[in-house]
Amino acid sequence: MEYQTQAIARPYFIAAIGLFVGQVIFGLIMGLQYVIGDFLFPEIPFNIARMVHTNLLIVWLLFGFMGAAYYLVPEESGRELHAPWLARLMFWVFLLAGALTVIGYLAMPYARLAELTGNHIFPTMGREFLEQPTITKVGIVVVALAFLYSIGMTVLSGRKTVINTVLLTGLVGLALMFLFAFYNPDNLAKDKYYWWWVVHLWVEGVWELILAAILAFVLIKTTGVDREVIEKWVYVIVAMVLISGLIGTGHHYYWIGVPAYWQWWGSIFSALEPIPFFLMTLFAFNTINRRRRDHPNKATVLWAMGTAVMAFLGAGVWGFMHTLAPVNYYTHGTQLTAAHGHMAFYGAYAMVVMTIISYAIPILRGQEAKSNRMQVMEMWSFWLMTVSMVFITLFLTGAGIVQTYLQRYTDAPQTFMVVQEKVALFYWMREVSGLVFLFGLILFIASFWPERVRQEQPLEPQTA
Amino acid sequence: MREMFTKSMARNIYYGGSLFFILLFLALTFDTHRAWPERDNRQAITEQVAEGKRLWEENNCIGCHTLLGEGAYFAPELGNAYKRFGENKEALKIFIRTRPVDGIPGRRSMPQFNFTEAQLDALAEFLKYVSGINTENWPPNVQG
Repeated sequence: MEYQTQAIARPYFIAAIGLFVGQVIFGLIMGLQYVIGDFLFPEIPFNIARMVHTNLLIVWLLFGFMGAAYYLVPEESGRELHAPWLARLMFWVFLLAGALTVIGYLAMPYARLAELTGNHIFPTMGREFLEQPTITKVGIVVVALAFLYSIGMTVLSGRKTVINTVLLTGLVGLALMFLFAFYNPDNLAKDKYYWWWVVHLWVEGVWELILAAILAFVLIKTTGVDREVIEKWVYVIVAMVLISGLIGTGHHYYWIGVPAYWQWWGSIFSALEPIPFFLMTLFAFNTINRRRRDHPNKATVLWAMGTAVMAFLGAGVWGFMHTLAPVNYYTHGTQLTAAHGHMAFYGAYAMVVMTIISYAIPILRGQEAKSNRMQVMEMWSFWLMTVSMVFITLFLTGAGIVQTYLQRYTDAPQTFMVVQEKVALFYWMREVSGLVFLFGLILFIASFWPERVRQEQPLEPQTA
Repeated sequence: MREMFTKSMARNIYYGGSLFFILLFLALTFDTHRAWPERDNRQAITEQVAEGKRLWEENNCIGCHTLLGEGAYFAPELGNAYKRFGENKEALKIFIRTRPVDGIPGRRSMPQFNFTEAQLDALAEFLKYVSGINTENWPPNVQG
């Protein structure tokens, strides 16, 4: 660790992984409710479990991004973090706000939470992924501003690298687009149109900038490849992200009451969205092939390669599968969407956060890498989680294809619930895959448990 | 990616390309606003519909259902529920009102929300309004 303030990242990483465990447990609850409909009913109805599942995902990824920024920005800028006290304070503010919100979801009916938090004064609740009470949303903005202040001041007064610039653009975009969460008109078409400015422009826009920056940082550190080469790649990737992804928003606009020309704009530009992910895969493999050093942290290199491949498969391939308007007409809002969502979020964002955690945690402990034994355990966790996520995606895809056919495509369409029962086998298999995933995640955590045995690599400051 | 293609060229594509597409996106958004009055069924938005939307949100209906295909995939699409229930608001209200408090053994069941008669009316009006939005004939059939 070059700078003392990089250590601020550590609690952020720990919180991220803790919340990730919660997300997976609620995912397993929902998975079971798909096949045993009255499981935990009416104590934890499906809608509550799902809200906890998706909101925990968003919050743990944000913790991960913030941790990544606190870790890499000082090193890239060549100076200590500006206002580290603020970063330490905001950790507790964000954790407390998140915990209170989740407790609110679980402790009372959602309508009661809306009433308690005064949703009628400024209604923003009850829209997918933006279920947080308005006061929590304000809290998120405060945390984001404080975070941007620390990071922004560090970047602006330090060495300006491409990684820092791209990361900062991504983070500013993230904060800016979230403001649309406060716009909730009575007109549903308008509501949906601008709701996507948060959701799409996050995950298919600015978050990809953050992803590219984190991945590039880890690749520079682990391969020793010349910065000039990597920076050129980063620019090309993020250029393609925004060139395809901005108008690509149109692939959400096919059936929500906007002009039909969005079917053309959305289809053409979202068909380009796999390109930046493909470039990211080429980038990662090229860089690792041309490495100038063999970094002792092999597990991190595996995560970096895995991120590139799985992001391309999940976001790129599974996204393209149902992005063209004539296809989407039949597949919109089926289990195919769920299949794509799972692999894309895991491949692009969950994995990049685990990449930076895998790289940074040993260094924050004063070693360049973990012992071989612990790295092997970490690699097992990589394969267990990744393979089981591939199967979760495949089973949901199977369910989605059958659902699309029986409910939408055939000449004698059947009702939603009848079709759901016909695809129950796929849901059971998905649940089993989910259990394997949880096991992989526990192994990931175990591989970071402090070892009693002395390390082969004693406290050597990292220099690359 | 040889010397012919330099880092500053890549940077210019990033900034120039992004700016161009942000402006194009804003232009399309502007045009969408212009086209909306014909398509979004705004003439049907009454006080009651607005109240229905609020109830829809404050009971987190999107946590199980989809509405115009967006939401959770645990329960049926509701953008066309009004049509599926035979354009009968009373049928929609009866369905919501009669959900068993403790669910149905082994099966998925909608929670009992204990809505008042006025709230049921507002929800039914909201679903009726949504079914009037021009969705380019989505969903493909009445099953949603």
